[in-house]
Parts: sequence; structure tokens; C-alpha cells
Amino acid sequence: MKELETMLELKKITKMLGDKLILRNITLSLKEGETLAVVGPNGAGKSTFFKCTVGLLQPTGGEIILDGEVVKKKSAAIKQKIGFLGHESFLYNNLTPLENLRFYGKLYKVKDIDRKSTELLKEVGLYLFRDVPIRSFSRGMMQRLAIARVLLAEPKILMLDEPHTGLDQEAVALLNRIIKEKQKTGTSILIISHDFEQVHTLADRVAILKKGKIVDTVQLNGEMGLAEMKDWYEKVVMGA
Amino acid sequence: MMTVLSDALTIAGKDLRSEFKTKQTISMMAIFAALVILVFSFAFDPTNNAVKAVIPGLVWVITVFAGILGLNRSFTSEQENDCLTGLRSGPIDAASIYLGKVLANFTIVTIVQLISIPVLFVLFNYRFTGSLLWFVLIILAGTLGFIIVGTFLSALSANAKNSEMLLPVLLLPLLSPLMIAAVQATRIALENENIENAIAWLQLMSAYDLLFFAACLLLFEFIMEGS
Ligand SMILES: Nc1ncnc2c1ncn2[C@@H]1O[C@H](COP(=O)(O)OP(=O)(O)O)[C@@H](O)[C@H]1O
Ligand SMILES: [Mg+2]
Repeated sequence: MKELETMLELKKITKMLGDKLILRNITLSLKEGETLAVVGPNGAGKSTFFKCTVGLLQPTGGEIILDGEVVKKKSAAIKQKIGFLGHESFLYNNLTPLENLRFYGKLYKVKDIDRKSTELLKEVGLYLFRDVPIRSFSRGMMQRLAIARVLLAEPKILMLDEPHTGLDQEAVALLNRIIKEKQKTGTSILIISHDFEQVHTLADRVAILKKGKIVDTVQLNGEMGLAEMKDWYEKVVMGA
Repeated sequence: MMTVLSDALTIAGKDLRSEFKTKQTISMMAIFAALVILVFSFAFDPTNNAVKAVIPGLVWVITVFAGILGLNRSFTSEQENDCLTGLRSGPIDAASIYLGKVLANFTIVTIVQLISIPVLFVLFNYRFTGSLLWFVLIILAGTLGFIIVGTFLSALSANAKNSEMLLPVLLLPLLSPLMIAAVQATRIALENENIENAIAWLQLMSAYDLLFFAACLLLFEFIMEGS
């Protein structure tokens, strides 16, 4: 098997917000096609860690290397490769799903936008609502569309911040199927989740972030069971 | 450079599409402008000749105060669903966000002017006899400067707690040189005086526009940058 390339590398990232140290010395790497789940208690700094990686926040110290290039704020080429799903949907309430996708498609210089948007809308089950302004959408429908938005530009790395929140059973299965398809095509995936079941089915590796530090990582490899993983998490978070 | 422009057009197109769908902002602005004209037409007797002197001032009062209503929404509307973060995380330059917003705001204010200025002339019984070209040029230069500064400050104040109040408080003092020039030039154009006299004012306005455009474009990046 050929050695896989490193897609994302964080070197000693620290981040201060105000006078609080949110991230302390985070060092992490993600290989091409690998899926890493980041878990941890609320307020541990998981979302902040994502924002630094995406380039929305400048780390106070350290370096982030994505696909061989250093992430700085002004690097359109790098941002093109990242699909970022945040807490919010980033969608415009007055526009329809199709218009929203077209808009982001244009910004991401997607070719063949109309065909791709239609396909994605069918895939996430919103095709019937394609011409309805999304103001009236439920949380789960918004999340489905937000997922479609992220996938539209076919990013090399997916960064999903709690993607399962607000989704119904069917949509969770759908999202998992999409993620697994992406894994097969060599997309690297970073995922934040509190849902251990999903983490267990999706991730190759799990890292625990606690009080701004990566306290432990574990390789799943299909060997570790769900209960075993939960025990491990509890032990690490409660202990010390 | 070309991508900055095309991204700006995409963003402006999105804003305008969203605006024309609901017509929320533009109708509020038009109603506000109409009310101002109406109130002033009662306050001053339009048959009195001296009243013509207030028309140039009124043109700009309408533009600025109706415009501020639109500017207030320009960036706060991006806060729904945190869309601004979506733009910032996208592969686009901060300059295209600024340019796109300037284009969209400029279009909306121009539409409001197209409706309200003729109404103003009619209600004040004013017959336009001057050079339309110069008048339009003066209006465009003044409006552009107003939008350039206003869009920048609207982005700056959008994160503040009382953004609707902060914007005019920051904006109006900065606009005063532009507005003095704009009112003077408009007066000359409307009174059909020798247009040569307006050219100096127009030059001042163009210089103001260019200077603030360059400054705002450069500084906008720092507003968009997270801490
Ligand atoms: N803009 C900010 N200024 C100051 N502190 C912040 C800011 N944003 C987040 N924080 C703090 O950073 C910590 C981590 O937040 P976050 O990354 O959102 O946690 P989570 O792991 O739940 O996603 C929290 O304690 C939060 O209070
Ligand atoms: Mg979070």
C-alpha cells in the first residue's frame, strides 16, 4: 500500500480569545481519505479549532498546513478545498434552495452548477421544495440543504461541526451514506459530534479535546466496540 | 482582479434578487422618502418662490436618510444564519464582499431616487429647465460617495449592539464635506446657473469618492477578519 499524503497538519496551534486561552498547543495530522472525529465536552474549543483551520480565525501561535500550503487568511485557493459546515447553515432565508446553491456554486466557481445543484437537491431529498424560499424550512431541512451546499464544490477536505444535529433518522442515515461515499473517493473528513454511535460508524480515528488540549486519541479500525469507546471517553474526560 | 469583480457581481446579484423578492427595504425607503417630501410640502408653501431654495437640500435629505434605512439592513441581513461567515469562509476576497455590497446598495438607493426626486419636483411645482446630464452626474457622484462610506460603516457597526443608531452617528459627520459639495452643485444645476461653477464642486465630490473608495476597500479586510 502506498503511503498516503498528509492532507492537514496542525503544528502547535494556540489560540487566545480575549485574555482566555482557548486552544493550547494542538498538534494533529490528518491523512488523505482519513476520517477523524473530534469529541469533547461543550466549550472545550472544538468549534474554535475548526474556525482556525478554515481560516476564519487567525491562530495566536503555530502553523496550519493544508494540502502542502500554509493556511493564511488570504488564500482563496486553499479555501476552495475546504467544505465547512458550521453551527449555522450560512443560507439566505429569502432565497430558494436552488438559488442558494447557485449563489454558492458561483462563488466556488463550480462548473455545471444547475445540473449539480439539482442532483444534490434530489440526493438530500429537497427536490420538491427547490422553489420555496427556505424561510419556512424546519431545522432538519435547513441542515440537509447546508450539507448540499458544502458538497457542491466537491471539497478535498470536509469539516463538519455537529452535522447530525436536527436531522431525523432518515437524514442521519442519508448523511452517513454520503460521508461514506466521500471516504471512498479519498476525501479527508474532520467531524465534530456528540453522537457516539455516528462517530463509531464513521470515524477511523477519534481525538478527545478537553479544555483546549488534545488529551487522547484512539484508532478505531473496527476493532474497538461502541461500548468500549464510550468507556474510554468517560475515563479520559472524567479522570484527571 | 477579474474574479474579484465577478464575485462582487454575484454577491450584488444575490442581494438584489433577495431584495426584489420581498421588496421590504426598498418599499420602506420609498415610503419614508414620500413622507419626508409630503411633510416638507406642508411645512413650506410650495407656491412661494423662495421655497425652490430648499429643493437641493431636500434631494440629499431624502437620499441620505432613506439610504441609511437600507444601509442598516445591508450587513445585518447577513447575520441571519451567519451568512457572513459563509462568505468569509468561501474562496473570495474581502474586497468582493465590499464591492458587491456597494453595488447592491447603490442600485437600491438609485431606484429610490428615481421614484422620489420626480415626486419632489411635482409636489414642489418645480419645472426642470437645466442640463439633465449635469444634474444626473452630480446626483450619481454624491450618491456614490454616500454609499461608499455608508457601506463601510454599516459593516463596521453591524456587530455593535445598537447598530441602527451607531451608523448615522458615525456616518453623518463623515459625509458633511460631500454633502456640502453635493447640495451646492445641485443648487447650481437646478437654478440653471452657469454650470462652470458646479464643476469645482463636482471635482471635490469625485476626489472624495476616490479617496474614500480606496481607503474603505483597503480597510474592509480588517473588518472582515475575525479576532
Ligand atoms: N469570540 C469569543 N470570545 C471569547 N471567548 C470565546 C469566543 N468564542 C468562543 N469563546 C469561548 O471559547 C470556548 C470554546 O468554545 P467553542 O469552540 O465554541 O466550544 P465547543 O467545543 O463547544 O465547540 C468557550 O469557553 C467559549 O466561551
Ligand atoms: Mg461547538
